[in-house]
Amino acid sequence: MSEHGPSLKTYVAVFVALLLLTMATYTAAYMDFGSHSLNVLVALGIAVMKATLVILFFMHVKYNERLVSVFVVAGFAWLALLIVGTLHDYWTRGWLG
Amino acid sequence: MSEHAAAAHPRLQHHFDSLEQQKEASVLGMWTFLVTEIMFFGGLFLVYTVYRVMYPDSFAVASRELNIFLGLINTIVLIGSSFTMAMGVHSAALGRKRGTALWLIVTALLGLVFLGVKVGEYQEKFEHHLVPGTHFAPDHIPVEHHRGAEAYFSLYFAMTGLHATHMIIGIPMLLWLAAMAYRGRFSRAYSTPVEMFGLYWHFVDIIWIFLFPLLYLIDPSRHH
Repeated sequence: MSEHGPSLKTYVAVFVALLLLTMATYTAAYMDFGSHSLNVLVALGIAVMKATLVILFFMHVKYNERLVSVFVVAGFAWLALLIVGTLHDYWTRGWLG
Repeated sequence: MSEHAAAAHPRLQHHFDSLEQQKEASVLGMWTFLVTEIMFFGGLFLVYTVYRVMYPDSFAVASRELNIFLGLINTIVLIGSSFTMAMGVHSAALGRKRGTALWLIVTALLGLVFLGVKVGEYQEKFEHHLVPGTHFAPDHIPVEHHRGAEAYFSLYFAMTGLHATHMIIGIPMLLWLAAMAYRGRFSRAYSTPVEMFGLYWHFVDIIWIFLFPLLYLIDPSRHH
């Protein structure tokens, strides 16, 4: 069954990429992108990249059958729905004055 | 599929045709559990989002009380433990007894380093009266930010606490799996428990990947 998983080289490459992205998120946290929202977006963007690497390679989702990916995507899609749906309310409360 | 050879394997349950099919079911079942975990932590991430939208400046001010260096060290330690966990799963799939046991023990040790740093951080928060409740009295935080800062620290303790709880559950399981691996319970044909635990450990790592920027790296105007 081992032939279905990533190679040793892939594991090391993913590990190095995760460390580099960690340093990137640390460095970006002190940079002035002009707006505070942009800092949040950059930080979250890097976190999503790191999580994707972990899920695809360390958690073998890239090497599992498709059905597993459907479960993973469904889980995060429902989380996004939860947060976006709630923000429709909280984010817009001040707009009507 | 070598169904006759697989049917002879003592780990194959009677309701599965083959070890491959059994493992596919385990992977899907484990991911189903992890999806419930996404929603479990997701509730906290939602509350975090709402309060950060309500108190953006207080969150930035309160985040200055955290030690970014310790957060960075712990992030590296946890990513390292995810790597050693992946190596453990890799070794187990290749049927290596001692290698698997060793990688799992190193993973547990890195988990303990993470928790040790966390204990130090928590202690400092208690000493500085940053724990929400009747004794919440942060000296360096302006009074107008106290309300938002208390919400921030409530979330800080709830989120890092739930995360740490997952690690406290995981470390004894790692040691148990290491002992099983050393006794030769896993082989090239069957190493599913190690792989399923790996999914759990990597998931806990992913939670931290989000907690680090959301709790520690909020305030860009802060200096090194």
